[in-house]
Amino acid sequence: MQFDDEPVAGENLPILPGHNSPGRLERILRAGAFTVTAEIAPPDSADPHEAYVRARLFDGYVDAINATDGSGANCHMSSVGMCSLLTRRGYSMVMQISCRDRNRIAIQGDVLGASAMGVSNLLCLTGDGVESGDHAAAKSVFDLDSMSSLAMIRSMRDEGRFLSGREITSPPQVFLGAAANPFAPPLDYRPLRLKKKIAVGAQFIQTQYCFDIERFKEYMQEVRDLGLHETVFILPGVGPLASARSAEWIRRHVAGVHIPDAIIKRLKGVIGAKAQAQEGVNICIDMVHELKDIIGVHGIHIMAYKQEHRVPEIVEKTGVLEGRIPWQPGADEAVQGYKRSKAI
Amino acid sequence: MKSVRYWSTRNAGWLDRFYEALTRGMGFLHPLFALIGYKRLELPVIKFESLVKGFLFDSQSCGQCILGATGMVCPMNCPKSLRNGPCGGVRQDGSCEINPAITCVWVSAWEGSQRITQGVEKIQIIQPPVDHRLQGSSAWLRELRRRHEKKRALHAI
Repeated sequence: MQFDDEPVAGENLPILPGHNSPGRLERILRAGAFTVTAEIAPPDSADPHEAYVRARLFDGYVDAINATDGSGANCHMSSVGMCSLLTRRGYSMVMQISCRDRNRIAIQGDVLGASAMGVSNLLCLTGDGVESGDHAAAKSVFDLDSMSSLAMIRSMRDEGRFLSGREITSPPQVFLGAAANPFAPPLDYRPLRLKKKIAVGAQFIQTQYCFDIERFKEYMQEVRDLGLHETVFILPGVGPLASARSAEWIRRHVAGVHIPDAIIKRLKGVIGAKAQAQEGVNICIDMVHELKDIIGVHGIHIMAYKQEHRVPEIVEKTGVLEGRIPWQPGADEAVQGYKRSKAI
Repeated sequence: MKSVRYWSTRNAGWLDRFYEALTRGMGFLHPLFALIGYKRLELPVIKFESLVKGFLFDSQSCGQCILGATGMVCPMNCPKSLRNGPCGGVRQDGSCEINPAITCVWVSAWEGSQRITQGVEKIQIIQPPVDHRLQGSSAWLRELRRRHEKKRALHAI
């Protein structure tokens, strides 16, 4: 899919009236299409090709790719680095910004740097505590929280000023995102927390893994009662579980992920590693089918950690793109080649 | 102390009212404080303030107190020092992601907020980033001066 006013496929687009970024993600969401984003795991490597190979798995299946920022408090290639590499190939990137490792000076610098490299979407997160990662002895920063970092970046964009008040000569044109976890206590405060995030500038929301559809439906009902679904784009998080054992491990060790017993029971009902992995994908597909009909859901965010190769299957089998093919590097050459062959 | 902190959350309603009355009452002392000089008062007041707030709320003396907007729970006890609400890592039983031995500060703050007049509105106030220069200074004196200056500004109009 190529927009009419896209000079070279994959390059940043002109900013339309009422839009904030030159990115494809904002265009697609505002156009009302069901949107697919996916999470990419940055490599433990300085080799750019590893980033390209990982991104290629998503070609033609996702509208934007989230580059995580030291997820789980483990050290990997930085989200700025990943985004810089992949925007140069034309990918639409969502740069995740965690408050755990950097203070307000570093974050503002990264926002300008990333925007200069063509990053159009930012996702402001609190970040996992260092205790959960492989550098538990590290000093955690948390100079800002997800809310104050959203507010800060919004004012960099809209007022053209740093937090200190100093002027920015060319403000970052970014589409601002935030995370939500409808499944963590205090449950009755979660919709209000979403309201607060929207008030400080969140324009799109990607949620924590959704395995408890009933709870998510309740949450969305409350979100609709507050009228929030009309002011923000919500993309619930989904992903395939690799096995019953890994599901149990995640439930115990990964903060904020809620997996109901019924899901684990369903995985256990299948014998064999391969069959369980397939069942994990099937559960994910069923979840997407349920999610896509909920009013106020504008797309899905797929987090297929260590199972990225299964993303195309999930997208294809759910049919959420309805025949739409997101842009991918090399797609324009294929179109040109097709046109040439027709001309001959 | 955890037990006192939890007690304060359960009693957030009247504690908030008492606290507000105390601040107002101290407002009358402004001429006296101005005479002695706020700078000279800083040390004795912060010692007393941190003793009281430390006992009741495990206050960390950030110097920019927002207890009224956080259900009388000091948000600086959150291991991530979050001042704008709970992170997504809260465990299913309401305990902290980082330290499972404590109840999430924001689970308590939400509970306390529901006991405070307009607490549910106040918890939605967007808190600016912490000014780390104010750590260890008196929030009471700062609040007194702020209220007095506001009053003076209103009179000037």
